[in-house]
Amino acid sequence: MLVTMLDVVIGGLLMGGIYALIAVGLSLQYGVARVLNIAHGEFIMLGAFATWTLYIVFGINPLVSLVIVGPVVFIIGFILHRTLFTRLRTSSASPAAFEGNSLLASFGLLFIIQNVAILIWGSAPSGYTYLAFPVNLGGAIFAANRLVTLGFAVGIGLVFYLFLARTRLGKAIRAAAQDPATAGLMGVNINRVLALCFGLGALMAGFAGLLISMCFSIQATMGLQYTIIAIIVVVLGGLGSIPGSFIGGFILGLIGSIVTYIEPGLSLAAYYVIFILLLLVKPTGIMGKK
Amino acid sequence: MDINTFTSKRFLVPGLITLILLILLATFPLYLPGYPVILLSSILMYIVITVSWVIFSGPTGYMSLASAAFFGVGIYTAAILGEALPLPIVIGIGGLASFCVALLVGALTLRLRGIYFAIFTFGLVELIKHVLLFWELHVTGTRGRFVIVVDYTTVYYVMLVIFVMTMLTAYFIRRSKFGSALQSIGENEEAAAHTGINVTLVKVITFAISAVFMGAAGAIMATRWTYIDPYIAFNLLISFMPVLMAIFGGMGQLYGPVIGAIIFTYLKEELITRIPELYMIIFGVVLVAVILFLPNGLVGLIQKLWKRVTGEQHENT
Repeated sequence: MLVTMLDVVIGGLLMGGIYALIAVGLSLQYGVARVLNIAHGEFIMLGAFATWTLYIVFGINPLVSLVIVGPVVFIIGFILHRTLFTRLRTSSASPAAFEGNSLLASFGLLFIIQNVAILIWGSAPSGYTYLAFPVNLGGAIFAANRLVTLGFAVGIGLVFYLFLARTRLGKAIRAAAQDPATAGLMGVNINRVLALCFGLGALMAGFAGLLISMCFSIQATMGLQYTIIAIIVVVLGGLGSIPGSFIGGFILGLIGSIVTYIEPGLSLAAYYVIFILLLLVKPTGIMGKK
Repeated sequence: MDINTFTSKRFLVPGLITLILLILLATFPLYLPGYPVILLSSILMYIVITVSWVIFSGPTGYMSLASAAFFGVGIYTAAILGEALPLPIVIGIGGLASFCVALLVGALTLRLRGIYFAIFTFGLVELIKHVLLFWELHVTGTRGRFVIVVDYTTVYYVMLVIFVMTMLTAYFIRRSKFGSALQSIGENEEAAAHTGINVTLVKVITFAISAVFMGAAGAIMATRWTYIDPYIAFNLLISFMPVLMAIFGGMGQLYGPVIGAIIFTYLKEELITRIPELYMIIFGVVLVAVILFLPNGLVGLIQKLWKRVTGEQHENT
């Protein structure tokens, strides 16, 4: 019994690390750039398949792929914001209209990216084995790759938090999150900072995809499921709060692990129930202001 | 000019055009049986969904992504009751069931800010889908269900009736005090509340009315598919199609969404049969392009061009 409990809790924490990373990315895109990016999961899928291709075709170690996958996904996100979303932002009548328009535009992106991926990689699940040897944690047994995943997720999150808290650019991002117009008046190049946030959000998604591909089977249609989880975690943790996203990620990971233990078919339904209750009771989330 | 002749003229021409169109639509299966009738029923179905989406989301600005949920409720009503009850009652119950679901959802969520409402309704479709799938697999022990088949001409005529009812409802809501109330909610909700409008009540009722037609459309379309499961019935595309069609056509006029739905359904049918592997990519590209370049839709574009041609001399009429 104790071992099963340990199993469920550690399993939840391991999943929570990935959820947290995904949510931090979406939190940047929605909290700062005000784009509720439904195509977020597609960047996760791109990251996963890029890693898979690099490993299977070129034999590059998935952890080394971090330095290749990250920049590529970042550049795609940055360019997308500079071309598509900046244009939408300036042409929309109000911030609320921009949120609606960008939500729809990101849906268009979802369909495009997902179906291009199906054309390239096919729609069947694929995967590879890497660091799959078992590790015993007080009786609960997990594959080593999952522990590595958690380590990297926490590490990336910490580095990113320090970047936001300590650097000049991080300060500009935080200013843009609070009040884009005033930040612009204070000399922040607002379009570039927003595009940077969108790119960084995509980067987090790419990293998460890389880590996911190490532990689970991947599929061209896997994106939407992670997007939905990210949205729930972001609302759970409070919009625009990086620590909130991290805490929310671990909470959702734990809940998911417990529900999966009791009834695997209901884990997604449980996420929605939590989400719906949350929206009704406390839409500002755990760490949300106002 | 006498005011009476002016008003009668103003209503006579559109009235005549509508009458001729209705007669043409009603006699359509007589001279073009087979595939054209099936295609036209699909077009009518998308017009019904799009126009009923616009009834609520157009004036208020609340983007509902729950269309697939209401449509799916209709489909499941037909699957469960189709064999036991006659068709008109099944369709009526389909609409009523959607009405009740929308009433509940609306009462719960229409206090939410716009974007949260969109996410919530989006989540709702997925929630119903997953719970239903779980229920079917574990309680009823099936994955999908069979729906009794109805011949395509009947489907067409039922759809035509639903279409006429949807258009009439949309038209009268637009013209009524109720429509003005909706419009003012969209412009400024707080101000609308201060002028004495019961904001929540108006929103919830409209949301529920718009769901009736989607449910009815789902109930009749289910008979054409013969087999359904939660993934077919609660397809997210049904939530996005009306949004896209309405934006593409333009929401400023009632005929905008209708034109959008006609063009899009036709394109969709053509693309799916010719290049199925590229269909979704083209769909995505069009979605992005429309939002970027046609914010007021086709009707907005035509009005703009028309103004340019006529030199804006009618601006004050």
